[in-house]
Amino acid sequence: MCGAPVQGQTIPAGVDVEKETVITGRVLGADGEPVGGAFVRLLDGTGEFTAEVVASGTGDFRFFAAPGTWTLRALSASGNGQAEISPEGAGVHSANVTVGA
Amino acid sequence: MARSDVLVSADWAEQNLNAPKTVFVEVDEDASAYDGGHIEGAVKLDWRKDLQDPVRRDFLNQGQFSDLLSAKGIANDDTVVLYGGNNNWFAAYAYWYFKLYGHKDVKLIDGGRKKWELDGRALSKDVVTREATKYQAAAPDLSIRAFRDEVIDAIGSKNLVDVRSPDEFSGKILAPAHLPQEQAQQRGHVPGAINIPWSTTANEDGTFKDDDALEALYKEKGYDENKATIAYCRIGERSSHTWFVLKELLGKSDVKNYDGSWVEYGSLVGAPIELEVH
Repeated sequence: MCGAPVQGQTIPAGVDVEKETVITGRVLGADGEPVGGAFVRLLDGTGEFTAEVVASGTGDFRFFAAPGTWTLRALSASGNGQAEISPEGAGVHSANVTVGA
Repeated sequence: MARSDVLVSADWAEQNLNAPKTVFVEVDEDASAYDGGHIEGAVKLDWRKDLQDPVRRDFLNQGQFSDLLSAKGIANDDTVVLYGGNNNWFAAYAYWYFKLYGHKDVKLIDGGRKKWELDGRALSKDVVTREATKYQAAAPDLSIRAFRDEVIDAIGSKNLVDVRSPDEFSGKILAPAHLPQEQAQQRGHVPGAINIPWSTTANEDGTFKDDDALEALYKEKGYDENKATIAYCRIGERSSHTWFVLKELLGKSDVKNYDGSWVEYGSLVGAPIELEVH
């Protein structure tokens, strides 16, 4: 399969967070309220595209990455935005992205 | 072949929703996207349930494909307009697949579902039913499909274009980063492959870059105009996207999609693998 699992804050069964570097977060509007259905892109340390998911109705997104520096870029009909995150090891790492600010 | 023969804008699509002999088809792996709202009148093709053989690892044969399109109400002389999620990866795969089975008039909506949604265009939840047809697929055109032994034989002689992300190419990760990374394959790439990620051929909104930008991209990355080409990725859908760019948009000759891709190649006993990035 190549499509993303259902997006949400619950990690899918069978995923070992001791081994996976999970990047998770929520897309928020300028008013701080969650924005559902945004396209969230994970860009690597050079700005190159690595993956994209569609955030859930509650704005949640999740990637399985690796230690390093990543940019989270969200596109939505109401605007775009981005945030940086630099996980140093396995585990769950969180960052929110505000769009249309 | 002109770009407009194979690629249409969201505007064109919106203006042609009710055009005669025109069928809109949404192709997704996550079929729930269609159920949550689709382009008005579009039928659904589920990449896994509809387009893959239920038992063997392969896609449908000629008879199965004929039956599928007949049931979906698609006729041989219909214009098929494809779109989907994941930046049109699976729609591009379906485009390649329709061409493999000889469908004459197939088009892709530039930017797919993403562009449509970002534009705020209407989606419908209406159930779409079409009268069944008697579709006759042609024999598969194997001039656009590569198999594993051809890939090994192509090392050092053809353009091998690995369209995965740089981190997948170098073996840092094994799958696109929206998927868990525990996978059975070896890490790395086919020796001598050039890494031209599919994403470098598209804009952020999922539309394709223009022809000049695409030509410049391949030239800069070392694509040899005088050689035949095999494109691959992990499961063959992102490489269909690049096959579309090379064959349909830029008109290159002898371009094949290796749909077995890394899931097959990275599991072959003894197949040469390279980790170094040149």
